[in-house]
Amino acid sequence: MRRDLTNSILAIVVFTLMLGIAYPLLTTGVAQVLWPNKADGSQVEVDGKVVGSRLIGQDFRGPRYFHSRPSATDYSANVTFFNNLGPNSRELSDQFKKNLAGYLRRERPFNPGLQASDVPPDAVQTTASGVDPHISQANARIQARRVAEVRGIPLERVLELVDDNTDGRALGVLGEPGVNVLDLNLAVDSEAA
Amino acid sequence: MTAQGWLQIAIFLAVLTALTPLLGGYMARVYRNERVLLTPVFGPIERLTYRLLRVNPHVQQDWKAYARTTLVFSALFWVVLYIILRTQGVWPFNPEGFDSGTWDVSFNTVSSFISNTNWQYYGGETTLSYFSQMAGLTVQNFVSAAVGMAVLAAVIRGFASRGAAELGNFWQDLTRTLLYILLPISFVGALILVSQGVIQTLSGSVAYQTVQGFDQTLALGPAASQIAIKQLGTNGGGFFNVNSTFPFENASGFSNFIEVLFILLIPAGLTATFGRMVGNRRQGWALYAAMAVMLVATIAVAYGAEQNGSPAQKNAEVATASADGTTGGNLEGKEQRFGIVNSALWTAATTGASNGSVNSALDSYTGTGGAVPMVNMMTGEVIFGGVGSGLYGMLLFVLLAVFIAGLMVGRTPEYLGKKIEAREVKLTLIGTLYTALAVLVTTSLAIATKWGAPSIFNSGPQGFSETLYAYTSQGNNNGSAFAGYTGFVQPNAPGNVGAFSITFADLLGGVTMLLARFVPLLAALAVAGSLATKRVAPLGAGTFRTDTPTFVFLLIFVIVIVAALTFFPALLLGPIVQALTDQLF
Repeated sequence: MRRDLTNSILAIVVFTLMLGIAYPLLTTGVAQVLWPNKADGSQVEVDGKVVGSRLIGQDFRGPRYFHSRPSATDYSANVTFFNNLGPNSRELSDQFKKNLAGYLRRERPFNPGLQASDVPPDAVQTTASGVDPHISQANARIQARRVAEVRGIPLERVLELVDDNTDGRALGVLGEPGVNVLDLNLAVDSEAA
Repeated sequence: MTAQGWLQIAIFLAVLTALTPLLGGYMARVYRNERVLLTPVFGPIERLTYRLLRVNPHVQQDWKAYARTTLVFSALFWVVLYIILRTQGVWPFNPEGFDSGTWDVSFNTVSSFISNTNWQYYGGETTLSYFSQMAGLTVQNFVSAAVGMAVLAAVIRGFASRGAAELGNFWQDLTRTLLYILLPISFVGALILVSQGVIQTLSGSVAYQTVQGFDQTLALGPAASQIAIKQLGTNGGGFFNVNSTFPFENASGFSNFIEVLFILLIPAGLTATFGRMVGNRRQGWALYAAMAVMLVATIAVAYGAEQNGSPAQKNAEVATASADGTTGGNLEGKEQRFGIVNSALWTAATTGASNGSVNSALDSYTGTGGAVPMVNMMTGEVIFGGVGSGLYGMLLFVLLAVFIAGLMVGRTPEYLGKKIEAREVKLTLIGTLYTALAVLVTTSLAIATKWGAPSIFNSGPQGFSETLYAYTSQGNNNGSAFAGYTGFVQPNAPGNVGAFSITFADLLGGVTMLLARFVPLLAALAVAGSLATKRVAPLGAGTFRTDTPTFVFLLIFVIVIVAALTFFPALLLGPIVQALTDQLF
């Protein structure tokens, strides 16, 4: 028993230094040398000022920009939580109705005849992280008509930008394709400028 | 459900199956104390570690000595981690200036990490400093995993022993697990994750104005180094509150593949380690087959249910069909880059294994989809299960299956040539039924008293499901959650203004997790100690073979029957009600 106590106390010190200090600091050092931008959160700068991270969704409002997916956290990247409403929740259903109606109201003038059944679920349902950086390609194609018309850019060009800013499946097969909203909106901005 | 989705599942299973004998063989050499590939690198560090710890790795321990060392080490580490969390304010690497945790939430968190559960009542990015995350939680991610694997190595030696009572040396098993298995794989894994965009920095948070001038703040930190071991060691406690849904914790389809592979990599490999160490690789493959069949079944159910969509969604006329450019399905609480299939795959894997990390919000799953993680945990975490603990739990079910088979044919049950007698059967029943009993008792306590109510978020059957899920998860050392259920209420305000803890949930959960870890662990070690000294009978014509498809079927049958008899009524009240109705609550 005494031996166990001595060994344990020494082990706690040794393993804490090895696994809790040396390992994370060594990993940080190597990561900062190999991929400094990614290790620091893939921050995006415009005119020398940070305006976001290409991995963190942000709020876009109004007709000039592609909109991110709905967020239960107001797009917080430092206080995160889930929406957590259950599958049979009336409150959740009401949120969906509100989001769907808002989406149709915004996009229908530019997509005549747009029906609820045409709207992909990612445009209406909240994300898990609250800051999903992507929207589905179907969602982006609907919004493209609005952005093209409001910005006075040919639709074909906007759809090209959508394709250019789509992160495909890893190795062509893993995950789902998603359109990076921040990248796309910055591309639209520089196209319009 | 799409062909492309099934292809992703198939690729995952193929890679996992291919890696099982490779990693399993490697780990068998580690536990036979043989020279391995990494000996030239870590051999000197291994010897130095023994000197610093003042241990002699050649001293052999019987099951009681092994168990005593395990308990003393874990208990002392519990105290140290508690002190770290409660004195957080005085340590360095605290750029956000977080204060110490409250006593009850800290009790829960510490019990959670010591027991390899990693249940999250704490909010990572809102309450913990980088020091607590690194020197406190990252360390315990490694150590609790290594303790489980060391105990498994001892248990396997007991099954394989030819009469000797000794099961190995705890310190040697622990050190070799850390140096030759967990540390190198985590280091490589962490760098792969950073290459995908997972963060690894000591800088504090970055505040800025977005493109349209809204305020946003990026929480940063040394995440990748913790996430790699969190996945690999079936820990699951996130660097961020929302775990691996957060892009800084799981950035792309590729990082997701690595993380979900890491969940099952070691538990799967250990089946092959077992086969090699008992001298019959088919025995290992039989266990792998039983686990894999159950896993695939649960992936398929979750995938189908989530693709079908939820009643709330259908009531609001939100589309569910998959079409060109959209996955369709229930995307509430799911990320676009993972879609339906990778969310379902992860959810089945993380609860089959006792990992508990999530890449989607489980509280938002459909009734049937949400039943999948619950059922997986209710099998006692043996569908691959925790690193080490999953396989020793499975071995107890194997003994139970052999015992039942023995009753049916009227022969004394044997496993690997050793007679299974009254003592082993009693210990097996303690090990397999304890967690089930604990889940039902704690859930009832939380539901029947007024103290459980403040933790519940949803109304109706989902509220019951949240409670059942919470104690099933903590009672099986999983750590995933229907996250509406809470023991620490954090209003969405900077600096945690107005946050308060729910003492009942914190304490009940903490005690549940500790007992769920150490009762089956001791039962498995005791069984191994008892089997170790038994004579090995030669294989005869009447021997009941345990490496055949028939046995795999029997084993699955026993596991499913035990779980169903125990939990079916409870499941009826929560997820099954919701699966059967389109009504809203």
